[in-house]
Amino acid sequence: MRWVSVWRRNMLVWRKLFVAAVLSNLADPLIMLFGLGYGLGALLPSVEGMSYIAFFAAGQLCTATMFTASFESMFSGFSRMHGQKTWDAILYAPLTIDDIVAGEIVWAASKAWLTGSTIVGVTVVFGLASSPLVLLALPAAFLVGLAFSAVGLIMCVLARGWDFFSYYMTLVMTPMMMISGVFFPAEQLPAPLLAVAKALPLYHGVQIVRPLVAGGPPPELWLHAAVLLAYAAAGYALAIHFARRRFSS
Amino acid sequence: MAITALSARGLRKSYGALEVVSGVDLAVAPGECFGLLGPNGAGKTTTLKLCLGLIEPDGGEIELLDEPVPRRAREARARVGVVPQFDNLDPDFTVEENLVVYGRYFRIPENRIKERIPGLLEFAGLAGRGDSKLTTLSGGMKRRLTLARALVNDPQLVFMDEPTTGLDPQARHLIWERLRRLTQEGKTLVLTTHFMEEAERLCHRLAIMDRGRIIAEGSPRALIAEHIEPQVVEVHGQGHEEWMQRGKALAPRVERVGDTVYCYGENIEPLVKSLSAFPDLSYLHRRASLEDVFLKLTGRDLRD
Repeated sequence: MRWVSVWRRNMLVWRKLFVAAVLSNLADPLIMLFGLGYGLGALLPSVEGMSYIAFFAAGQLCTATMFTASFESMFSGFSRMHGQKTWDAILYAPLTIDDIVAGEIVWAASKAWLTGSTIVGVTVVFGLASSPLVLLALPAAFLVGLAFSAVGLIMCVLARGWDFFSYYMTLVMTPMMMISGVFFPAEQLPAPLLAVAKALPLYHGVQIVRPLVAGGPPPELWLHAAVLLAYAAAGYALAIHFARRRFSS
Repeated sequence: MAITALSARGLRKSYGALEVVSGVDLAVAPGECFGLLGPNGAGKTTTLKLCLGLIEPDGGEIELLDEPVPRRAREARARVGVVPQFDNLDPDFTVEENLVVYGRYFRIPENRIKERIPGLLEFAGLAGRGDSKLTTLSGGMKRRLTLARALVNDPQLVFMDEPTTGLDPQARHLIWERLRRLTQEGKTLVLTTHFMEEAERLCHRLAIMDRGRIIAEGSPRALIAEHIEPQVVEVHGQGHEEWMQRGKALAPRVERVGDTVYCYGENIEPLVKSLSAFPDLSYLHRRASLEDVFLKLTGRDLRD
């Protein structure tokens, strides 16, 4: 549990930069949710038996969680590791690279969870969710956060410069967002694209959260959760591997 | 107590085809201030990292405070402090928060850290500055805070990588005074530097390192006595070539660098006298220093 001190360090910085952090991580996704949700919603009939804004809220919950987790573990993580050399300072203490990687991943997932849970709150307050089952989206958001934090941290420890993250964002995150059933049901995609979506974590997050917003138990819940957990675990292991390599030279 | 606070035998480390550390042996006694000297790229920082267990050696054995490294480096580091070459304090935190957060990495209870903070700030010459933002501190203050941070766990041994590089004389002298205090308190210090003056003032014992090897070892005085003539005359200016014809014979050893001539010897008075016939030449007659030893052993070529 030594990684907790790393988590607490990041938490203290977050508390000090609270206003800016809240604006970018909470206000941004909400503006997007209401803008697109009501704007497009006015033109669209119900989707899969839900109002468009409720349908989109489930997708946006996962997308915003993904973005917060990825930005934190990539950009903020890289700033701590590379720019400020915070990781070097921590390594002089009785902590190892494994502790730092664990602390960073859980931290980014925690921050992402806050984004996700704000949207859960909005679905309740605005009556987009029809049953208390939506509260189960809270642990689901944490799981989505863990998966993307872990993958983002791999990018972080592999990066030689800031530009590196553009590749991952443009080539992976943006297309993933388009095919994972965030804006429209993924099932209407051509079969090969749907297969790609199913191999990626975001789709599985949406598959858990959307039924919860609609008020029913998610079908194949354990499969979806297992995929997210697998991404988190594999990301953790790979991030440690590459971080050790980076710090041993 | 152990005979050595830090010992390394046959230490080796390569990066690709380049062997950065090629068979280093070190033994630092408890309470000693030990200096590792060497030009840039000599392998000093890599040696420190190996001793801390931050990188794996390709060969050799290390024992730090009775713990085998890297196998039990974590346990060893719990009783060690580190002042790195470049400050890596947390820029978002105040002075005090930097110390509190760092103490947590050692799992020191929060109230114990808080108790220690006034003493640490006083030691660092930062008393009353606990709430200051890091951005308001000067370079020297940051360096002292880094030193205070390295002491947060009350370490038995402190590693310092070029502790005064980039500081003005005032700041440097304050750091030196504090480091002496630490040795008086019985802490073991291991520092790297390429300031000979620093090494001469602070270190009980030194090792000069070049190209991954230790090429000389001993107390500053012993190194000077062993490796260099006691007197030096530096001559430069117009007409030094003409004077050289005569001067050469008067000094046992002469070195020319650009238009400066360095003359080394034991009885060098006749040489100094011979200079009075050349009023255009300026000269400096001084005792040999550690820097002369260093340059003799590692050469005058640039090492960038």
